[in-house]
Amino acid sequence: MSERIIEFRDALREAMSQEMRRDPRVFLLGEEVAEYDGAYKVSRGMLEEFGPRRIIDTPISESGFAGLAIGAAMLGLRPIVEFMSWSFSLVAADPILNNAPKMLYMSGGQFGCPIVIRGNDGAGGQLGSTHSWCVEGMFSNVPGLKMAIPAFPDDAKGMLATAIRDDDPVFFLESERLLAMKGHVPEGDYYVPFGKAVVRRPGTDVTLVSFGRPVHFCLDAAEELAKEGISCEVIDGRTIRPLDIDTIVKSVKKTNGCVVVDQSWSFGSPGSEVAAQVHAHCFDDLDNHVMRVHSADVPSPYAANLEQEYLPNARRIAEAVRSALYVA
Amino acid sequence: MPITNALTTEIHRVSILDEHGQFDAKLGEDLIPNNDLIKLYEEMSLCRKLDEIAFKLQRSGRMGTYPQNMGQEANSLGAAYVLNQDDWLVTCYRENCGLFHRGLPPEKILLHWMGDERGNNIDPKLCITPIAVPIGTQMLHATGLAWASKYRGEKRIACTFFGDGATSEGDFHEAMNFAANLDIPVVFFCQNNHWAISVPGRIQCSAPTVAQRAIAYGMDTIQCDGNDIFAVVYCMRKAVELAREHGRPFFIEGVTYRLGDHTTADDARRYRDEEEVELWRQRDPIIRVRNYMKQLGIWDDSKEAALMEQVEAETAAIVKRAESIEAPDSDDFFNAMYAEIPPDLDLQRRTRRTSSIGQDPSQIERPQTSSR
Ligand SMILES: Cc1ncc(C[n+]2csc(CCOP(=O)(O)OP(=O)(O)O)c2C)c(N)n1
Ligand SMILES: [Mg+2]
Repeated sequence: MSERIIEFRDALREAMSQEMRRDPRVFLLGEEVAEYDGAYKVSRGMLEEFGPRRIIDTPISESGFAGLAIGAAMLGLRPIVEFMSWSFSLVAADPILNNAPKMLYMSGGQFGCPIVIRGNDGAGGQLGSTHSWCVEGMFSNVPGLKMAIPAFPDDAKGMLATAIRDDDPVFFLESERLLAMKGHVPEGDYYVPFGKAVVRRPGTDVTLVSFGRPVHFCLDAAEELAKEGISCEVIDGRTIRPLDIDTIVKSVKKTNGCVVVDQSWSFGSPGSEVAAQVHAHCFDDLDNHVMRVHSADVPSPYAANLEQEYLPNARRIAEAVRSALYVA
Repeated sequence: MPITNALTTEIHRVSILDEHGQFDAKLGEDLIPNNDLIKLYEEMSLCRKLDEIAFKLQRSGRMGTYPQNMGQEANSLGAAYVLNQDDWLVTCYRENCGLFHRGLPPEKILLHWMGDERGNNIDPKLCITPIAVPIGTQMLHATGLAWASKYRGEKRIACTFFGDGATSEGDFHEAMNFAANLDIPVVFFCQNNHWAISVPGRIQCSAPTVAQRAIAYGMDTIQCDGNDIFAVVYCMRKAVELAREHGRPFFIEGVTYRLGDHTTADDARRYRDEEEVELWRQRDPIIRVRNYMKQLGIWDDSKEAALMEQVEAETAAIVKRAESIEAPDSDDFFNAMYAEIPPDLDLQRRTRRTSSIGQDPSQIERPQTSSR
């Protein structure tokens, strides 16, 4: 493990900077990314190093700069598009959903779209419903894109570097709540392959599967449940597309129980996809059906107390685990 | 054929009471009666004070992120003053003064930024829409509201507010195009405060005026000193007349300045010069009205002192009202989801289950909602 400890946001920047030094085709554009160092200070200092040709402050025009970046990617450049928040990607729905993921398909393999779209995703910052979107449920439904959602600083670096090198469009979801988190992050080149989930905590009684920030809620719940003698295995899926179902299945075959924790809404979500696949692969291994903990079926509440209750928090995860194990 | 001139045009700029106390008697005559002027001045003063207090509340953890309105008060106030009570006011987040003039209880604004949806639960008689956070989206809603009023044969119009940055969004162009081509009575009011967070105006619009964008859509347009309540009222009268009598949209560029940070999450000193801010402090919309009223002999220091006392007491009472509202309950978040709550959502509400699919609801305890 690397000795060095840095913040999640610095890990993201390191990935971008290292790839930009290596590859002149890579550039970053978005609102406030240059002079202001990014709304969440992810691109701090990058304007100074790379100059305004490659670190570009755009007009407030998400559809505009996403569409422009797609055009640039069609000519072989490698844009990194920062949305201040994935919430604002909604006004750029056509370029990011109707163009980027199917450019290769529609041009019969002529035009690729090696674009990385990144930004803050998910509730928890008390920003109100229009500013707190968690987009993985909605966007992971679309074929042709990849979706990465790191939960730890080292993954933030390794997965973003992999995303930038990837030849397909990658939707990269960052939680504003995790940006100040510190962790060991390797210096130099560091790549985390897509489609490889990782066991964050080994256990024997039940498998918890999650993506992004809720992985931490799972770890908290596992800690609590350990005091009750319940041993949880926690899996961090890392990428939603591609989904590493093999690692999940292997674990469920061992624990015979599964609870999926997903900050999206439940209907047609990564959580429902994982549950369906686990049921298909592990039908005879399960002692109970797969349970799912999601955000409430309402827009993200503005009030602090309600927002915490709305999220798939540790209390609700623990409750679902007890249910799954018939110890309620 | 020789090349001929297809179009020559000009943009009028209106300034009536400038920062040096110069008053254009011809344009300004009978524009705002003295009694009204005093009232508008008092409203701006209250709004300014509440802005200062909101900032402090945020700093002491009693409020969430808040966007100050400081320096821009005259724009929305002048508009609300001219509009009818049942005209639509479709705003974003720097229009507190106009909203208060319309009759919005100020504690609603505080409640909203304290993180409570009920701040947007506004008496429909006020014809105000919820604060729009996604930049630019409200302009099309205003166009739709005005279109619907026209459809219903009403004489109501809509006035929508947005920043200079918002003119980069597609919604702006689509709303302008619709309103102009379909004869929809909307007043588009751009508060050009020179900045969109840290991004200066020229990144959003490289033309010398924002107002001229309207010309491309075939819409009448004017630029006004947005820190001059007289100029705003003058331009709004023109706009409202055109909209109400002729069913046409109108564009106003209010040239103003954001004296504070973008929001409490920002520190504007990082990206703009103190001299620029100082220059605009001299152009404060409140100071010039005060000096002018003194010149007229309808205001003096003792009246000012009394007003300050009154504003102090009133804002304290507003804060108290906002903070005495109890935190929402988690039932609340299910209650306004559909006209009638569907069974699956009702189950979630009853069990506070929030969608832990597969769990037997009877096994789930109903947690107490924690306090704010
Ligand atoms: C669609 C969308 N993109 C980005 C943002 C983030 N954002 C909030 S305010 C703002 C600047 C707006 O500038 P302007 O329109 O000039 O209004 P001002 O804040 O200056 O009054 C930005 C980029 C947002 N809220 N919505
Ligand atoms: Mg602005």
